[in-house]
Amino acid sequence: MELNSNSPSGPIETRWDRHRFNLKLVNPANKRKYTIIVVGSGLAGGSAAASLAELGYNVDCFCFQDSPRRAHSIAAQGGINAAKNYHNDGDSVYRLFYDTVKGGDFRARESNVYRLAGISLNIIDQCVGQGVPFAREYSGYLDNRSFGGAQVSRTFYSRGQTGQQLLLGAYQALERQIGMGAVKMFPRTEMLDLIVVDGRARGIVTRDLITGKIESHFADAVVLGTGGYSNVYYLTTNAKGCNATAIWRAHKRGALFANPCFTQIHPTCIPVSGEYQSKLTLMSESLRNDGRVWVPATKRDKRAPSQIPEAERDYYLERKYPSFGNLVPRDVASRNAKAVCDEGLGVGETGLAVYLDFRDAIQRLGASVIKERYGNLFDMYNRITGEDPYKEPMRIYPAIHYVMGGLWVDYNLMSNVPGLYVIGEANFSDHGANRLGASALMQGLADGYFVLPNTIGDYLASNKFDKVDASHAAVREAESNVHAVTRKLLDAKGKRSVDSYHRELGKIMWDYCGMARTADGLKHALTLIPPLREQYWSDVKVLGSGEELNQSLEKAGRVADFFELAELICRDALDRNESCGGHFREEYQTPEGEAARDDEHYAYAAAWGFQGVGQPPLLHKEPLTFEYVHPSQRSYK
Amino acid sequence: MRITLHIWRQRNANDAGKMVRYEMPDVNQEMSFLEMLDVLNEDLIAKNEEPVAFDHDCREGICGMCGCMVNGMAHGPLPGTTLCQLHMRHFKDGDELYLEPWRAAAFPVVKDLVVDRTAFDRIIAAGGYISVATGSAPDGNAVLVPKENAERSMDAAACIGCGACVAMCPNAAAALFTGAKIAHLGLLPQGQPERAQRAIAMVAQAKQELFGSCTNIGECEAVCPKEIKLEVIARMNGDFIRASLSGR
Repeated sequence: MELNSNSPSGPIETRWDRHRFNLKLVNPANKRKYTIIVVGSGLAGGSAAASLAELGYNVDCFCFQDSPRRAHSIAAQGGINAAKNYHNDGDSVYRLFYDTVKGGDFRARESNVYRLAGISLNIIDQCVGQGVPFAREYSGYLDNRSFGGAQVSRTFYSRGQTGQQLLLGAYQALERQIGMGAVKMFPRTEMLDLIVVDGRARGIVTRDLITGKIESHFADAVVLGTGGYSNVYYLTTNAKGCNATAIWRAHKRGALFANPCFTQIHPTCIPVSGEYQSKLTLMSESLRNDGRVWVPATKRDKRAPSQIPEAERDYYLERKYPSFGNLVPRDVASRNAKAVCDEGLGVGETGLAVYLDFRDAIQRLGASVIKERYGNLFDMYNRITGEDPYKEPMRIYPAIHYVMGGLWVDYNLMSNVPGLYVIGEANFSDHGANRLGASALMQGLADGYFVLPNTIGDYLASNKFDKVDASHAAVREAESNVHAVTRKLLDAKGKRSVDSYHRELGKIMWDYCGMARTADGLKHALTLIPPLREQYWSDVKVLGSGEELNQSLEKAGRVADFFELAELICRDALDRNESCGGHFREEYQTPEGEAARDDEHYAYAAAWGFQGVGQPPLLHKEPLTFEYVHPSQRSYK
Repeated sequence: MRITLHIWRQRNANDAGKMVRYEMPDVNQEMSFLEMLDVLNEDLIAKNEEPVAFDHDCREGICGMCGCMVNGMAHGPLPGTTLCQLHMRHFKDGDELYLEPWRAAAFPVVKDLVVDRTAFDRIIAAGGYISVATGSAPDGNAVLVPKENAERSMDAAACIGCGACVAMCPNAAAALFTGAKIAHLGLLPQGQPERAQRAIAMVAQAKQELFGSCTNIGECEAVCPKEIKLEVIARMNGDFIRASLSGR
């Protein structure tokens, strides 16, 4: 299959403008004749549903939580990037574009990234207009902070709750449309299949999580803004409900899955404390603005951190990367934390942690300034660990946090299945092999507010839509497929709980497809996952029925999809014989231990086609060309 | 440590429901409260008993999905803390804990500890927003917000919509929730044009949803995991009265 990215050519600065001009428009009076389904209500889905309804389309919006305001975007802490250059420190759209392409280790599409950088300006304006309470200077002007992978201050923030405030902005815009009847909201409703009629996405099959009712919904286009699939690893910073089911079931209906092995490990999370652990908690990257990362210079130094004198500490990031210091990108910070812990220099009971120390910042700025900047994060750390980070350094360790991979989309954010759009973390396009901090919020909102509402009209205006209803064979087939999967899970009546399988799968993924990967390890994982998947289907125990609120059943379906996805992630990781960004293959590193890319053979997006459960997927390559930011070895030294 | 739990079990909205006793002989004090419930549920599944249904998602205290009454206190005994961020080190060996869902006419029980809070969404839909269509906003720095106002607005905007305020209020009023949104938007210059209409519409919707009236008891403020202040209710009342008197 030839993958056409529909990327415009010519001068990059005007590509999006020229592309928009060439898109067909739907007459304002005709928009109400179209119905669009939006699955997911986070920054991407929520902003898209609201904006599409404002334009006049009929929108049906779905989320599995009890309210659209719960989506996991809400947990993003640190901030959102925008190339406003309010600080006169040399920022520009081009620099944000450059930083993002470089930060992504040259595995993103230049056209998309440039568009994203340009739209970043509009996002801040829109959010201020909505009443997002961004941090302000005393003069009343917007304040900024710095984030990893950048040498300018371009991150806008609302204390440590930026994701929450941006999501509430989108949620309020969405509720306004719901109140006006332009959006029909379906909370506690989970998408379980995609309806494809004559090759085009025309609807979804859902399960009402309270009554268990399985139902079909029809539309002229389907938009998935259902987030990332980190939870395949079980212990992650994602919310417990985050899952891959919507995108995975769309994948099984033909949508290509791109770069699944590009997973991001966040360097600053609270370390694991015990076997019962249900999730990991992130401490915002913004802490690295003022916190200094270190380990004792000698192995197994058991002294309290305050007892270790300056000369016996190794501030390894500042030592190895003097120009970026503690603000190196996430993949670099994570790998270095792992490296020092592997050497036996790690701290805490497990030895799997490094210090993030605010002593110097508190001395320099005073505790009150630190409290103002990071108060809620310090409180959260204190609540979880029982330790006071104003007095002793935080202990942190990397954890799975975000995925750059996702369903393949073209420049219009449409997948290879016509009429199926994928936005936000659920798609693959903008972050390459590593996402920079404060760029996820930017991308989710760019897709939902400004890209999709422009591009979807072209598809609608270019096609004729016959009516689809429940009697169509494709609809009946999708519904019976959903019924069958539900039945199979309930009828297994095995011995082990869903969670026990999920934990086991997550451990395999973390051990063999985590921060450092090898061909042997990945091959081994691929011998472990399929038999465990088979066992799952015959041995999982799901109590209760399908006709009621049944949280075990919900989880069971999601974990079933994680098993299949896990296999694809490992295959992709094994196939990509290079290291880049979040994908670090131990065989491919520079003498200094940095990721060694292979641009000659791997400068492409790997888009995988589903061929059946347990069958090797089919690889399609979208070549990546770099006309503006020329691939070089990333250096943050 | 040993913990005895009494948990409200109710199959569905039509079931009468009852308290059921569970013994947890070996609770690790580093566990979060919800991790203890995870362990209980794994034990129940092993014994072929249906696990306890409870809402939760981010487990970082920000999504607002979790929460139940613990010995009569919404989100348990620790101030400024959601149930997911409450850790067992705050309890002691031998403690007996009674877990119940939020109780309010506007929050019908769905199952066990799960309630329906969509009434909150309808209050927001009635007017908890600034009407700015995508693309129509001016430059972010064209709207100056005094730092103090931005901070106070953020204090109110920190509300996570968990419903603890309603659950704790003897009147089951939604005044803290509604007031928080009215204060958040009313403290910003962008929120001024719709300020009067917003107060009228949101207060009317809350009443229609069968939330009670505020009688300034202050239980809501005491249990709010985000420590939203009663001041927001005063702001709501002020806006509502001003709007009513001006005939809007």
